[in-house]
Amino acid sequence: MIELADVSVRSGEYLLEGMSFQVQAGAYAVLMGRTGIGKTTLLEAICGLRRVLRGRVLLGGVNVTGWSPGDRRIGYMPQDLALFPTMTVRQHLEFAQRLQRASQSVMAARVGELAELLEIGHLLSRGVRGLSGGEAQRVALGRALAARPALLLLDEPISALDAETRSSARRMLKTLNRQTGVTVLHVTHDQEDAELLGDVCLRLERTGTGRVQVICAGAAT
Amino acid sequence: MSASGKQQYPMVSNGRRGPLRDAVFFLVLGGLSSCFVLLIVLLLAADLSFTSPTAFAAALRKPEIQAAFRLTMLTCTLAAVLSVWVATPLGYLLSRFRFPGSRIVDVIVDIPIVLPPLVLGLSLLILFHQPFPLTRWLGLADTEAAGVGAVGAATGRPAGWILEDWLEESAGIPVTYRWPAVVLAQFAVSCAFAVRTMRVTFDQINPRAEDVARTLGCTRGQAFLQVALPQAWRGILTAGTISWARALGEFGPILVFAGATRFRTEVLSTSVFLELSVGQLDAAVAVSLMMVLMAVAVLLFLRWLGAGMST
Repeated sequence: MIELADVSVRSGEYLLEGMSFQVQAGAYAVLMGRTGIGKTTLLEAICGLRRVLRGRVLLGGVNVTGWSPGDRRIGYMPQDLALFPTMTVRQHLEFAQRLQRASQSVMAARVGELAELLEIGHLLSRGVRGLSGGEAQRVALGRALAARPALLLLDEPISALDAETRSSARRMLKTLNRQTGVTVLHVTHDQEDAELLGDVCLRLERTGTGRVQVICAGAAT
Repeated sequence: MSASGKQQYPMVSNGRRGPLRDAVFFLVLGGLSSCFVLLIVLLLAADLSFTSPTAFAAALRKPEIQAAFRLTMLTCTLAAVLSVWVATPLGYLLSRFRFPGSRIVDVIVDIPIVLPPLVLGLSLLILFHQPFPLTRWLGLADTEAAGVGAVGAATGRPAGWILEDWLEESAGIPVTYRWPAVVLAQFAVSCAFAVRTMRVTFDQINPRAEDVARTLGCTRGQAFLQVALPQAWRGILTAGTISWARALGEFGPILVFAGATRFRTEVLSTSVFLELSVGQLDAAVAVSLMMVLMAVAVLLFLRWLGAGMST
């Protein structure tokens, strides 16, 4: 479960204040809101890349507000994917496990699992520069999932894909959520994404007083 | 396109033809540009016509010029390595973080680029020979025993801790008017260029990849070493090459801080000066041409790196 309690976070001059919401463990939550309202800032605060000025971030009931990003067991997939240009697909999938000093056999088994799940087995020895949008997206997803995170943060993961690839990507994301039990917080502008994927829909909206609040819109469908 | 599908052309001409106007534009553009290109070509041609292959070879066989060539290669390489070693973390720091005083640091780093070369040499000389008055108050120097240094003795200034004396007595490394002074004078300027290059390099690398690495368990240091640094290898090579080339052309600070002693602190740039001062024009031109060849080689290497970066 993820819970934000009265979290305030700043991005330059922009201040998000008093953000509070809860998502149950294993749920697929969709976070919507207009461009520039602070969705990415909120994701960065949750995964520890942005300092929380006030309030608490709880993961599985544990207050992780002051923890470093690597200790939170969160998989983060930014909008531009931010793949590592000097590494192969296999090295992406091994990256987190190398940091955890996993043995070669454990690492190989996990890479095999992810390659099968994401259908990227044929890409393992390739660099990431020539990958298509859909392939790159699956590699970024595999990298985020490699260390078996408890929470997966996806920042507009399928917005840049064509309609056909987008449809298969949606199926893959939903399957991942069901098979691995990972809690997902997925930022999107697309109402269709919210309806087809979300168990819960959250909205960042500006209230009449000018403050931005998270509104839990309940079940997305 | 009109509603009937026929193309409508303007019926009134302004009296001048397009191609003619373009020709005038290109004529002005080419004329102005060729002035500078021509100047450089004429400079090189003048150097080449001044000497002959025989005189060139004879000058390069002189033992003092060969010694200067060896010292140039050594000091330029050391200055370039030191520059990259310092510029890589400093460029990363300036590119990625805003901290109190970061703008001031940014300006300070650029000072050696705009400082007159002789002033830089003089500043180095003063830094190494000026007694530090604060050290007396801090008890770091024994006022009775501490040397007053060359500058202090001449001016009768109070004793204090002197960098040159300390390096010579404690570490056994005399600097001023020795070859380490050549490296330091070259490093002071070339490092500034390396920092600029490394900063631009890191500006062009997506910082979000390092953020993702941190969510996967990297510390900031690991994210730098494992994600940012491997992407910066062309920038590092470019910074090293620019530093090397800049060190090759350094003259003013070397003359003031290291002197121009044959077989001791003479590098190619000071060779040109020394040969000129004794009326050996052939040798001066030969050394100049050698430096031109080295500079062209560096430029070609940089172009190759630049082409790789753009692809």
